Amino acid sequence: MRVARILFALCLWNALSACAPIEPWVKPYEREHLADPIMSLNRDPISSVYLEHVFATREGAHGATGSAGGGCGCN
Amino acid sequence: MRVQLSEATLSRSPLLGRLGALAALVAFCALPGSAGVLPEDEADAMYHRYEGGGVTVQGPSVLIRKKIGDNFSVSYNYYVDMISSASIDVLLTASPYREKRTQQSASLDYQHGKTTYSLGYIHSREPDYIADTSVFSLSQDMFGDLTTVTLSYSRGWDQVYRDIKVDGSIMNDPTFAQRVDHRSYGVGLTQVLTRNMILSLNYQALTDQGYLQSPYRDVVYLTPGDGKGWATAAQVYPGTHTSNAVSADLKYYLPYRAAIDGSYRYYTDTWGITAHTLQLGYTQPFHHWIFDGTFRYYKQNAADFYADLFPRANAQNFEARDRELAAFTSYTLGVGASYEFKVPRAPWIQKSTLNLHYDRLMINYADFHALYDLPTNTTVIPVGGIDELPLYHLDSNIVQLFYSLYF
Amino acid sequence: MKHRIAGLATLLIAVPVLAGVAPNSPAPDFTLNAQSGPPVELTQFKGQVVMLNFWASWCGPCRQEMPLLDTIYKKYSKVGFTMIGVNVEPDSKAANDWLKQTPVSFPILYDTQSKVSTLYGVAGMPSTVIIDRKGTVRMIHRGYKPGDEDEYLSSIRSLMRE
Repeated sequence: MRVARILFALCLWNALSACAPIEPWVKPYEREHLADPIMSLNRDPISSVYLEHVFATREGAHGATGSAGGGCGCN
Repeated sequence: MRVQLSEATLSRSPLLGRLGALAALVAFCALPGSAGVLPEDEADAMYHRYEGGGVTVQGPSVLIRKKIGDNFSVSYNYYVDMISSASIDVLLTASPYREKRTQQSASLDYQHGKTTYSLGYIHSREPDYIADTSVFSLSQDMFGDLTTVTLSYSRGWDQVYRDIKVDGSIMNDPTFAQRVDHRSYGVGLTQVLTRNMILSLNYQALTDQGYLQSPYRDVVYLTPGDGKGWATAAQVYPGTHTSNAVSADLKYYLPYRAAIDGSYRYYTDTWGITAHTLQLGYTQPFHHWIFDGTFRYYKQNAADFYADLFPRANAQNFEARDRELAAFTSYTLGVGASYEFKVPRAPWIQKSTLNLHYDRLMINYADFHALYDLPTNTTVIPVGGIDELPLYHLDSNIVQLFYSLYF
Repeated sequence: MKHRIAGLATLLIAVPVLAGVAPNSPAPDFTLNAQSGPPVELTQFKGQVVMLNFWASWCGPCRQEMPLLDTIYKKYSKVGFTMIGVNVEPDSKAANDWLKQTPVSFPILYDTQSKVSTLYGVAGMPSTVIIDRKGTVRMIHRGYKPGDEDEYLSSIRSLMRE
């Protein structure tokens, strides 16, 4: 079951990567606001990691808190 | 009926250790920066302090991140929790204790085109708990860099010990050595929706197997007409735990230069816990300052095998009294201020910030009572039943003071 | 909002990319306001090798690249080469503040309405377009990584020899 899940994930990955690039509706030169540090999803990782640790230690729930992406989209 | 406190035995909670290591694992999966660009070089030094419910946990956290060549970035974090605990659980069956947990983690990021690969390792150590975790993640930019997809996988191996007092000194009980295995899969999608709006979706599945409870905490059960009318026994947890969490985070840029964000997480697990987390945040820059305000609402129901007070001995196959598994609601209000300045005579430092964050965490337990009465140093279970006692309420202060350098 | 959802829905469908310019096609003409002096038109540089660099003050790699572009400009400006920095920001204040701190000697033009960015199909930040003496696009380069300036130099040198 686990192997099937990994294979599915890899196939989906390949499929998405292989898609020819489409016209982005937010152009690279329109990303000024997204590139602003205040729009970062995780501006101070040292702080967010600590707070997540404080909550996860005292609560039953944990997980699903990471994020990568956004920003200037340069290069 | 008023009863005297039972004989004090050494009781500590490696909960901080186990969940601390697990929490580090899940938080560590957060890849800073977007997939096509490596994270910025930085160095941070932090002092953190948690104080509430008779527990004080404080210590440093130091982080260094550096690019190597064009395609690699390495990071290292040194983190310490110095724990001084006289919490309600500790006081029930033991005496206050001090402990130190040290955690070191390192990661390596490799960027190639639109993809970033990341490999990380975390080692957490305290007198009665050692946790090792390895994390691998893959992050890909696509569709004109508007979409970032992240896959992550981690494995954790914990060694659980139990401390006992022998001739006045504390050591590991040689007859007690247990293990825990952790496994987690995560999928994340970050999508730029408009010039001003970004959405992040996350899913994470976690599995734990092994000795999942605290060897120190006990359950309390009634023994009517026998002795003091109540007794304690060791907790018994299931040997496995699987959980699923899904979250969404939406961030929006306000035209006068500010940002608001809202996030929601839904959590459910095989222990019967369902939890909702809702968070709202507002960020306001002002010249060299950035101010943040956050509000967090959290609600969970109790685990299937949790009870504040069991009706009799061995009432269930699995029994727990850890308040982390109780039904409760919590509110957190947070404020933060960040001041950016240039370091004189150091042009190689692009930016440096001094930051102060304060959070007030308030927890209202719905089915956990303060059985230990601090003023009289006794454990109280009223004749009329546990409901005559007030429900436990916890207020705590969380402070973070840190200095960040970007170069 | 509807067209946003439609846009998201087409994510999984392969669609051929639409580019603004391609190598060996004529460079589209434009006129933009300049940092100093009268508005500048691209055709006034016919006969010279022209390097267009699309940049923004909020873009890290762009800022990193600018001093290197200045070095290239200073080296070749007297022998039939010109560098033009096209700033893509709708509000030029941040760009001007940055230029005060890190001045460059080559002309800076302001594409505040993104007309030229759209015309040239800018697909990444920064973007560099090198145009030969006849006004034909010869090289398009997306992004900036340390070492890319060697690529620019070899392209410029070979075009100058034509």
